[in-house]
Amino acid sequence: MSRILELDSVTMQFGGVVAVNDLSMHVDEGEIVALIGPNGAGKTTAFNCITGVYEPTNGAILYKGNAIIQNHPSGKMKRLYAGLEPDKFSSSKVLNPTPDKITKLGIARTFQNIRLFRSMTVFDNVLTAMHMRMNAGIFSDVFRISHAEEARMREETEVLLRRQSLWELRDELATSLPYGKQRRLEIARALATKPQLLLLDEPAAGMNPQETQELASFIHEIKDEYSLTVLMIEHHMDLVMRISDRIYVLDFGSLIAEGTPKEVQSDQRVIDAYLGVAENV
Amino acid sequence: MDREKRNHFIRLFVAIAAVYGIVLVLEMTLRPTNMLFTVLKKGAIYSLVAVSVNLLNGFTGLFSLGQAGFMLVGAYTYAILTMPVAVKASDRVYRYYDCIVGFDTGVFVGLIAAGLAAALFAFLIGLPVLRLKSDYLAIATLGFAEIIRAVFQWDVLGPLTNGANLLREFKDLSRITFPFTDIPVPQTFFVFTVCGICILLIVLLINSSYGRAFKAIRDDEVAAEAMGINLFVHKELSFVISSFFAGVSGALLAMFQYTVQAQQFRSMLTYEILLIVVIGGIGSISGSCIASFLYIALSEWWLRGLDMGTFLGIHAENIFRSGFRRLVFSVIIMVIVLFFSRGLMGDKELSWARTSAWLRRTFRKREAV
Repeated sequence: MSRILELDSVTMQFGGVVAVNDLSMHVDEGEIVALIGPNGAGKTTAFNCITGVYEPTNGAILYKGNAIIQNHPSGKMKRLYAGLEPDKFSSSKVLNPTPDKITKLGIARTFQNIRLFRSMTVFDNVLTAMHMRMNAGIFSDVFRISHAEEARMREETEVLLRRQSLWELRDELATSLPYGKQRRLEIARALATKPQLLLLDEPAAGMNPQETQELASFIHEIKDEYSLTVLMIEHHMDLVMRISDRIYVLDFGSLIAEGTPKEVQSDQRVIDAYLGVAENV
Repeated sequence: MDREKRNHFIRLFVAIAAVYGIVLVLEMTLRPTNMLFTVLKKGAIYSLVAVSVNLLNGFTGLFSLGQAGFMLVGAYTYAILTMPVAVKASDRVYRYYDCIVGFDTGVFVGLIAAGLAAALFAFLIGLPVLRLKSDYLAIATLGFAEIIRAVFQWDVLGPLTNGANLLREFKDLSRITFPFTDIPVPQTFFVFTVCGICILLIVLLINSSYGRAFKAIRDDEVAAEAMGINLFVHKELSFVISSFFAGVSGALLAMFQYTVQAQQFRSMLTYEILLIVVIGGIGSISGSCIASFLYIALSEWWLRGLDMGTFLGIHAENIFRSGFRRLVFSVIIMVIVLFFSRGLMGDKELSWARTSAWLRRTFRKREAV
């Protein structure tokens, strides 16, 4: 199994706040990996670093062995950061891709607070995500010379929506769907970009146990069907423990534990982080 | 489904053909000095600008206030290009300068060039400006529009732009003929045709995949970017295309007014257009068109009596003095904004189903009363 994603001592600093501190982790192809931790542990920040929303203060992110994001030796954050190995990356080339380039590489994501296209229908939401893979230029698109491509995109959208059992709702406004379906639509939209690595940010947030159950099997199904690798942030422990192959635990920006669900569950530091430590007065 | 779609297209086509037919018939029968034609021509030109603003503000979510500047570029480009060489060489227009443009082009080339020149300016201005968001973008574009106006009045550019003086005697509406003949083209019909084609192109764009990408950016920039849509490229595209059509409409406005002067393209013009877009409904093409005809008809025709002493048969020279029209006009706009807070059309388009439903509703209300 080859490494699909690797984080090498990634640090993200906002002024004096270290949101992610020296995080190194990796995801192998075909795995389901979970990133867990208490609120404010820096999980979503790590996601935002991977997807290019933030420029990490230090460290590198590798996708399929190639560095896609590296630290900014000249960035203003760098001066604030001394780090463990401050000179490790400074000689390398600065890469600073925007989120759309990361998505084009094959990393798709969903959002913690659902971000669907508000004014569009369910169908158009997924169809819009296909725009990225379109070959036609704007002229052939406007004059409908590329209508075959448009038809193909519509077909693919139909297949995807039928697969996610959202086809009956295709003409509904995306934001008028119930919460669980909106999450499902967000995943469908992410799949429309044909990703190899899918990042799910709290996919089960706000779902009841029944829906969470369905989600677990759903993630497994799409993983096999689209041969995906999944990295997810999740708070529902039963879901995490059931479907993930490996788990990373973050607390206050630092990695405190990693391993299989069993190992993590019995780790004293994880228990402390979640339940708190009794203070010796 | 398909049949319904085809019927829809046929009805749409018939409706549009009917509008053009009526315009042509009116032009054949009524006297050309009739106020109606002024309203129709100016309304059509304003429709085109309003729709181009709508593409930017309503569909891409970029709040830009630079439209007057791009119209100015279009108007000047058109005027300079289509002015006959004989006029350029004489003292009639370029009195203080020697014109350096030694050729002239036809109307069609002039219109396209006007659009392209405005698009080029937009491309260059967009490079720095489109990295800004919301209000900051509005201020920056407004600033650039004013800079363009100042530069075009600059003395040093006199041999090209005639400084701050008027440009005239170019191929305005009264001078266009059918190609290879001397038969004049019906003026209103010409304006309607050019504006109609341009608006059709914008509608095609909005309903294409790129149009969906624009709407995605408007709805949620972060999500759009995460779906692989390059924000900068798409914003720049929308900005350049919108400015292209603003340039064409600027050229049409020059043709309609017979003269071009940088003074005419103050930021007031942008606000007028913005007002039309807001009244028509941000995100509605048909709303923009309806609103611009209404706006022009009100300000140029129906409320004219308020400035001239007699309105609706009431003769009161003390009240209906020059300037009173603006007051009444402001009140009307306030009423519209209060009662139609999302504009006349919201973000919906005019359609048969909606019109008939609206008619039925109002009729039922009347019966109940």
